Amino acid sequence: MVKRIAHLSRIALPDNELPQMVSQLERIFSLVAEMQAVPTQGVEPMAHPLDLRQPLRSDALRQECLSREELMASAPRAQDGLFLVPKVIE
Amino acid sequence: MELHQMGVAELSAGLRNKDFSAVELSSTLLQRLRQAQDNLNACITISEESALEQARAADQRRAQGDSAPLLGVPLAHKDIFCTRGQRTTCGSKMLAEFVSPYDATVVQRFQKAGMVSLGKLNMDEFAMGSSNETSFFGAVRNPWDLTRVPGGSSGGSAAALAARLLPAATGTDTGGSIRQPAAFCGVTGLKPTYGRVSRYGMIAFASSLDQGGPMARSAADCALLMDVMAGHDALDSTSHPQAAGRFSAALGRSVKGLRIGVPEEFFGEGLDPEVAQVVQEAIQWYVRQGAEIRPVHLPNNVHAVSTYYVLAPAEASSNLSRFDGIRYSHRSGSSVDLQELYLQSRYEGFGPEVRRRILVGSYVLSAGYYDAYYRKAQQLRALIREDFRRAFAEVDVIMGPTTPTPAFALGAKSADPVAMYLADIYTIAVNLAGIPALSLPCGFSKAGLPIGLQIMGNYFADELILGLGDAYQRDSDWHQQVPGWEEQ
Repeated sequence: MVKRIAHLSRIALPDNELPQMVSQLERIFSLVAEMQAVPTQGVEPMAHPLDLRQPLRSDALRQECLSREELMASAPRAQDGLFLVPKVIE
Repeated sequence: MELHQMGVAELSAGLRNKDFSAVELSSTLLQRLRQAQDNLNACITISEESALEQARAADQRRAQGDSAPLLGVPLAHKDIFCTRGQRTTCGSKMLAEFVSPYDATVVQRFQKAGMVSLGKLNMDEFAMGSSNETSFFGAVRNPWDLTRVPGGSSGGSAAALAARLLPAATGTDTGGSIRQPAAFCGVTGLKPTYGRVSRYGMIAFASSLDQGGPMARSAADCALLMDVMAGHDALDSTSHPQAAGRFSAALGRSVKGLRIGVPEEFFGEGLDPEVAQVVQEAIQWYVRQGAEIRPVHLPNNVHAVSTYYVLAPAEASSNLSRFDGIRYSHRSGSSVDLQELYLQSRYEGFGPEVRRRILVGSYVLSAGYYDAYYRKAQQLRALIREDFRRAFAEVDVIMGPTTPTPAFALGAKSADPVAMYLADIYTIAVNLAGIPALSLPCGFSKAGLPIGLQIMGNYFADELILGLGDAYQRDSDWHQQVPGWEEQ
């Protein structure tokens, strides 16, 4: 289970770290488990503190935007304005 | 009084009277920041050159007749706020090399006001922690006792303020990350109403809880910072249209007739008796000024920590999925395929606490568990908000301790995540509800560690709670006590 969750999270979990991760997650979920005893039938779930509507901007081109060079300056590997990744398609 | 001992208001007056220049002031503080690094480790980056350039510009603006109130006053930003052309790490190896292409709105607003940014402050990695020990750049130490934590996640901000390295700093608060370190270090910090301070350019941890805020050595100084910091921002879709305010103008109010709610849930088991006593004495000060105490109940506060540790990791697991090792974060050197690149880059780039929380988040959002955890926690969140609604129908503010204990020892809780989480037991509900809360120093433990009073207000009562903190500070000197870290 924990291995599957780690994979879903795209985080490697070496075998030698698995037991500790399992026991710490068990600790956290035993803390969280107390929630289950609270009666919440009919309570509307709260997603957000403010009851605001999603604001929309007009569908127009922006005058200013950052250049590709600036946006890619922190890329670990890039070439000719493209991000480099390991080969995906054989 | 020496320059480094002055607060924002005094520095503002000194600059206006031309007692000293912005360049002199910034040079003095830059030197202190550098000297304190070995002992406190409060900074991740000290940007000497750019700071002096900003200070020169501020002096020039003043020479040309500009009289903006904070012109030339120095501050530093928690390293979660993006600063253009400058490293922004969020306390993580993942972003150790990241140079932001843009400024956070908060950074921009302070820049426009003429404040001089001296650098970037240390913090728990991705703001996940209550002790500053999860930072990739090493733990920060508490200036009151170098063997103790400064609190977190805005630990660098709180330690730098307490040590008189800076008059002002920014922080962020997702579950207590401004208030808890403020309490541990004996400084003042405001977690504003959700939506008053723009989150644009503030690296996201849990977007429905995250809120930037001011940290300083007094509530009055926090108000001056809020004057600049708060305001609607079209670049943040959760920014409130009525975010702006004249916070400093609202100071100097009377306490007479104020109704203070004191929840018994904040004074129960787990609260250090010394903290309880000091906080009760502070509340009594308000009573002597004509306030009245009314008992209120926050029965669901007991569920705040568990609710938070479902919702915050869930949001974090989504927010932190952007760090893929490809566009702008740490990239593992050893990977042969794309899958492996993701797995390894994220394993190497994130520290153990961040990895743990992402796993918790992925779990509670995964198919088959959503209703039992995520939806359930959202329902509890509604109940917690309802508690506050009911209480604020009866009282103007709620007061209690900020933390259950004074600052704990470095390493004391780092092996047990749950023990660490419980350090935020009095601060988390405020974020879940989205209301504002202030922490200010109100005394010391026998061991000489600061203790914080927390004042919680209703939505948009930021001005009121700052005013109440200021009233107390006009008649007390807890916030003026100076730690002896330089002699330790």
